[in-house]
Amino acid sequence: MLLRVEDLHKRYGKEEVLRGVSFSLEKGETKVIIGPSGTGKSTLLRCINRLTEPDRGRVFLEDVEITSPRVNINKIRAQIGFVFQDFNLFTHLTALDNVRLGLMRVKGLSKKEATERAMRELARVGLADKAKAYPAELSGGQQQRVSIARALAMDPKLILFDEPTSALDPELIGEVLSVMVELAQSGMTMLVVTHEMGFARSVADEIIFMEKGVIVEQGPPEQLFKSPKHPRTVEFLRRITELYGGEK
Amino acid sequence: MSLEHWLKVWASLPVLLQGLSVNLALLGGLLSLGFFLGLVFAVLEVYGPKPLRLCAALYSWVFRSIPEILLLLLMWFGPAQFGVRIAPFTAAVLALGLRSSAYQAQIFRGALQAVPAGQMLAARALGLSKFQAVRHVLLPQALRLSLAGWGNEFAVVLKDTTLAYAVGVVEVMRQARYLGSREMPLTLPAYITVALLFLVLTYAGLFALGALEKRLRIPGLEARR
Amino acid sequence: MNLVFRWAWLPRLAQGLALTLELTGLSMALGAAFGIVLALVRVYAKGPLMPLYGLASAYVHFFRGTPLLVQLMALYYGLPTLGVAMSPFTASLLALTLNTAAYQAEYFRGAIQSVKSGQMLAARALGLTRLQAIRYVVLPQALRLVIPPWSNELVYMMKGSAVVYLVGVLELMGQAKNIAAREFRNFEVYIVVALFYLALVFLFTVILRFVENRTRIPGLGVPGRP
Ligand SMILES: Nc1ncnc2c1ncn2[C@@H]1O[C@H](COP(=O)(O)OP(=O)(O)O)[C@@H](O)[C@H]1O
Ligand SMILES: [Mg+2]
Repeated sequence: MLLRVEDLHKRYGKEEVLRGVSFSLEKGETKVIIGPSGTGKSTLLRCINRLTEPDRGRVFLEDVEITSPRVNINKIRAQIGFVFQDFNLFTHLTALDNVRLGLMRVKGLSKKEATERAMRELARVGLADKAKAYPAELSGGQQQRVSIARALAMDPKLILFDEPTSALDPELIGEVLSVMVELAQSGMTMLVVTHEMGFARSVADEIIFMEKGVIVEQGPPEQLFKSPKHPRTVEFLRRITELYGGEK
Repeated sequence: MSLEHWLKVWASLPVLLQGLSVNLALLGGLLSLGFFLGLVFAVLEVYGPKPLRLCAALYSWVFRSIPEILLLLLMWFGPAQFGVRIAPFTAAVLALGLRSSAYQAQIFRGALQAVPAGQMLAARALGLSKFQAVRHVLLPQALRLSLAGWGNEFAVVLKDTTLAYAVGVVEVMRQARYLGSREMPLTLPAYITVALLFLVLTYAGLFALGALEKRLRIPGLEARR
Repeated sequence: MNLVFRWAWLPRLAQGLALTLELTGLSMALGAAFGIVLALVRVYAKGPLMPLYGLASAYVHFFRGTPLLVQLMALYYGLPTLGVAMSPFTASLLALTLNTAAYQAEYFRGAIQSVKSGQMLAARALGLTRLQAIRYVVLPQALRLVIPPWSNELVYMMKGSAVVYLVGVLELMGQAKNIAAREFRNFEVYIVVALFYLALVFLFTVILRFVENRTRIPGLGVPGRP
C-alpha cells in the first residue's frame, strides 16, 4: 500500500471541514475525488502533505507516518507531487527554472543534472520549446503542463491534483487532461480532485464521492456512475451533469 | 554675487567634491545598514511570531516619527553619556541607517505581502523549507517589486546625509560654510553649487535605478500601483 | 550613569513646541496654496501657457532634488550677501514653504490625475467652463484623494522643521539645545524632546485619520500610497 489515510479531522474555527476521512491508494492506482465545492477536498489534499496540519488522524506513505512530528516533512513533500488549481508557477522564474528549483535546492542536483532532468520533463509535457518563457508568457494550459513537469521532475511516489483544469478556458482543458491520461497509463500513482467526469470515468480505478467533510460513497467508476447507492451521490451526479453536460 | 565669485567657487570645486565624497560614503553606509536591517525586520514582521511582529512594528514607528536630526544628536550624545566615544561619522551612519531601516522595512514588507500566497504554498509543496522558500521564491520577487519604493528612499536619504553637518562631520555643507566664512560673497554661489551637485546626484541615481528596474523586469511581475 | 530629568525644562520646551507647530502649520498651509497652483499648471497648462508648465516643472524638480538644509542655508546665509536679510524665523518659514510646496504639488498632481477623465467630460457637457469644471468637479474630488499623502507630508514637515534650529530659531530643538548646553544634559533633554515628537506624530495621525473618515464619500476611492 502506497498511501494510507486514517480518520483525518480538520476544523477552521467553528466549521468542521474534515470529519474523519479514511482511504488508501495502491502503487500505480489513480483515484478521483468528486464532490460539491466547500466540501473539504482541497483541505484533504493539503493535509496529506501537511501544507495544512490536520487536527487528528494519521497519514502513511509506504508505512512511514507522515503525520508524526519526528519526520522531516520537507523530505516527504519532495516525494509527493502537488498540482494546484491556479498553477502557482514561480512568477520570477522561466519554465526551465521553475522545474529546476526543487531539483537543485531540495534534491541537491548539480545545475547540469537538473537542466537535463528538467528538459526531459518539459519535453514529456510537450513544452521543450518553451523552456525559456516566463509563466506570464504562457497560456493557462501551458502553465499547468509546466507545473505538472515541475512535480514530475522530483520523481514523486504519487501526485496530488487539486482541480487542475478548473481555472482553464474550455479549449485548453484537453491538453492538460491528455498529459494526465498518459501519466496514469504510464503507471504513476495519482489522487485527482476534478469535475471532469469523462476523465474520471475513463482513467480512475476508483471514484471517491465526498460531501461535508466525509466520504459518502466510493467504488469503481462503472458502479458509482451507473448505480450509485447513496441518494446524495445520485443528487450530486444529476446536478453535475446539468452543469457540465452529459457524455462527451 | 559677481562672475568673479562664481569663478572662485569653481576653483574650489575640488574641496566641495571632497566634501561630497563624505556624503556618498555616509550614503553607502546608511543604505547598506538600512537594507540589511530593513530586510530582517520585514521578514520578521511578515513571517515572525506575534511578539516579534509587534516589536518590529513599534521599532518602525518610532524611527519614522523622530526627526532625523534629533536621531543624529541622540546617537552622538547617547553613547558618550555611557562613556562610549564614537566618531561623528559613525554616529551619522548609525542614526540615519536605523531610520532608513524602518522605512526600508515598510517597503519590503509591502512587497512581500504583494506576492500571492500560492507562491509560498507551491514552494513548500516541492519540499523547500520555509527559509528556502523565502530565500529563493519570495525575496527575489519582493525585491524586484521594491525597486520603485527603494528609489524614493534613495532620493530621501541622499539629501539627509547633509544633516551630518549638525554633529560636525566635515561633509559638503560644512565645506560650503567654510568657503562662505572665508569670503562672505562666496556664500550664495557655494550653496547653489552644492544644490546643483545634489540635483545631479539625485536624478542620476533615480535614472540608474530605473534602468536597473527595466533590466530586471520580468513579464507578469510588475509592481501594482 | 544616572540620568537626570528636571520639570523646569518643560515651560521652555512648551514654548519651543508652540513655535514648531506654528512653523509647521504656516508652511503647510502656504505650501498647499502654492502647491495647488503648481499642480494645476503642471496638469492643465497648454498653448500659450506652456512656458509656465516648464517653470513649474523646473521648480518642482529643483526643490525636490536638493536638500532642505541647503535651501535654508542659502536663504539665511546666502541672500544677505545680496542685501536681502531676513530674521531666522522668516528665512526658515520661507525655506519650509518653498520646499513643501514642491512635494505637495506632486501629491496634488497625482490626485488630480486620478480623478476619472469622464468627470471633466461630463462637466464640460453640462456647459461648465474648463475653470468651472476644475473648481467645482475635479478639485473637490482631488482634495479628498490627497488627504493620505498630505498626512504623510505633514508628519514629514513636522520632523523636517527641526533643522531650523541650525540657523538659530528657538523651536523645540532650539530650546532643547539651549537647555542642554547650559546644563550639560544633552542626552536627557534630547530624549524628552524625542518623546514630544512621538506624541505629536501620534496626535496628528489620529486627527488626520478622523478628518479622512469625516470627508469620505462612498465610491470615491483613495489611491494607494506608493
Ligand atoms: N485557510 C482556511 N481558513 C479558514 N477556512 C478555510 C480555510 N481553507 C478552507 N476553509 C474552509 O473550509 C471549507 C472547505 O474548503 P475546501 O477544502 O477548499 O473545499 P473544496 O476544495 O471541496 O471546495 C470551506 O468552507 C472553506 O471556507
Ligand atoms: Mg478546492
